[in-house]
Amino acid sequence: MSNEEIKEIISSTLPSATYDETGEWLNVIIDSKDWEKIAAECRNGALQMDFLFCLTCIDWKTHLTMVYHLTSTKHRHNIVVKANLDPAIAEIKSVCAIWRTAEFHEREVFEMFGVKFLNHPDLRKLILEDDFKGFPLRKDFEDPINMIKL
Amino acid sequence: MYNQTEIIKDTTDLGPEGELVINMGPQHPATHGVLHLVVTLNGETIKKIEPHLGYIHRSIEKMCESLTYRQFIYVTSRMDYLSSHINNLGCALLIEKGMQIEVPERAKYIRVILSELTRIASHELWLGAMAMDLGAFTPFFYTFREREMITEIMEETCGARLTMNYIVPGGVMYDIHPNFQKKVKAFIKQFKEKVTEFEDLVTNNVIFQSRTKGIGILSAEDAISFGCTGPVARASGVRCDIRKLYPYDVYDKVEFDEVIETAGDSFARYIVRVKEMNQSIRIIEQLIDSIPEGDFVGKTKNVLKLPKGEFYTRVETARGEFGVFIVSEGGTNPYRIKFRSPGFSNLSALNHMAAGSKIGDLMATMGTLDLVIPDIDR
Repeated sequence: MSNEEIKEIISSTLPSATYDETGEWLNVIIDSKDWEKIAAECRNGALQMDFLFCLTCIDWKTHLTMVYHLTSTKHRHNIVVKANLDPAIAEIKSVCAIWRTAEFHEREVFEMFGVKFLNHPDLRKLILEDDFKGFPLRKDFEDPINMIKL
Repeated sequence: MYNQTEIIKDTTDLGPEGELVINMGPQHPATHGVLHLVVTLNGETIKKIEPHLGYIHRSIEKMCESLTYRQFIYVTSRMDYLSSHINNLGCALLIEKGMQIEVPERAKYIRVILSELTRIASHELWLGAMAMDLGAFTPFFYTFREREMITEIMEETCGARLTMNYIVPGGVMYDIHPNFQKKVKAFIKQFKEKVTEFEDLVTNNVIFQSRTKGIGILSAEDAISFGCTGPVARASGVRCDIRKLYPYDVYDKVEFDEVIETAGDSFARYIVRVKEMNQSIRIIEQLIDSIPEGDFVGKTKNVLKLPKGEFYTRVETARGEFGVFIVSEGGTNPYRIKFRSPGFSNLSALNHMAAGSKIGDLMATMGTLDLVIPDIDR
C-alpha cells in the first residue's frame, strides 16, 4: 500500500492527524488521546498492522514523544505513529490488548521515562529495582556515582 | 503483585490444593545467565510465569548517548554476545545509510561470511546447551568441537574470540588473514561430515523427541502479536527472515532458503535452527571463493556526523530481528538510541507458551527460546 492510500485511511478515521514523509517511513503525528482509536484502526482495519516491532519514547526536554513502529506481515508496509506527551502528566492509553508485545515494552518505557500507561494490566518496574528514584532515560536525570560522561 | 527484589514465600494455607511459588533463578543452571523467573505452580502444573529482569542491566542506551558514532558500535557487542558480529553490522549499516557511505564489495562479502559463521557458532552453542538442559551431556562436546574451529577463525582475523568488534562504518577494520579462506573451507568440510552426528545423537533420539514434541506451542498469530522473530517465529510458520525481506550487504546475491516449520512446538524450533546452520554453510560456500579484490574499507571522515533525523535499520541475528533506532540532532553522538533486541520480545511470550504445562517441560520451552540475558537486559 502506498503512503497516499495509508494517509487516506487514517484521515478518514482521524481528520486531525498530520503527516511527515521526510524520513524512511511515513510518520503519523497524532494527539495522545486519539491513540487507542488509531491503534484499533491500524490493527483491525484495512491496514492490517499486526506487528508492533518497536515501541519507545524520546525526551525532547520540553516534551516527551511516544514512538510506535508498526508493520504489516501481510502487506509489508511500515508506518511510525508519534504522540507528544507533557512530561509533568505523561499519560497514554496502553495497547497491550491489541499487540501483546506492548506489555513488556510499555513497562520498560514506564520505568525509564515515567510514562503512565492507562489500562495496562500489570504496570510495574521490569528492569530497575523497586526503590529506584527517577527516570534514567530522561535528559535531566543525574546519577552522581555511576554516570559516565566523556 | 510482588516486588522485584522480594523473595517470594508461599503464604497460602491451602495444603495440597494451594499454589506454590518457586523462584527459578537468578542462579539457575538452565537460565544461562541471571534471569529470575517467579513460577506459580498448582501441583506440577505451571499457572503463571513472571520474568524479573535487570540483573545485568547496564543502561547501554543511556551510555550510547555520550559516545560518538565510531565508539558506540563496540558496546553493542556486549548485548547479544553470541551474535556480536551481527549487532555491530546493524549499527554500521545504520551509519552507512544515514551518511550515504559507499561500502566496497570486498567488505560486504567478508561481513556476510563472518555473520554466517557467527550464526553457526551461536546455534552450535545453543544446541549443546539446550541438550544439556534436557539431560544429554554428550552433544555439548560435539558442538563445541566445531564451534572451536569458528572461534579460531575469528581470533585470527578479528583478534578476538567472542566480542569481535571487527566492523567499522564503511567496511571492516582490517583485511582478512591470509589463512582465512583455507580455514573456512576446512571448517565447512568438517561440519558437513559431522552434522549427521547431531542428527543421530539428538534429532532421532526418542527421549529428546518425546520431551520436545508438542511442548511449548506458539501459534503464528500469537508469535506476531508477541513480537517474536527469528527461529522462534519461523517455527510457528511466520515469514520473518530479514535477510530475505529486507536484504542487506550481499544477501540478495546469494541463494538460500528461509527455513519455515509450522508445528510451533519446541521440536520445530530445534529443527529450524539445525536446518539454518546448513543454509548458512550454503551461503558461505557461494561466497568464499569469490571474495573480490580491492579495499576492505570505504573512505569516511574521521569524525562522523549523522544528519538530523530519525533512522532505523534491522538485521537478522541468530535470535531474530535486531533493530537500531537512532534519533540524531546532527551532532557527533546520538540524541536517543533504542535497541530493539530479539530476546526481549521472545521472552515476553514465555508465560503464554508455558502456562498449563508441567514444570519439567519449562526447560524444553525455555531452552528452545534461546535466551541470552545481556541481550534482554541491555
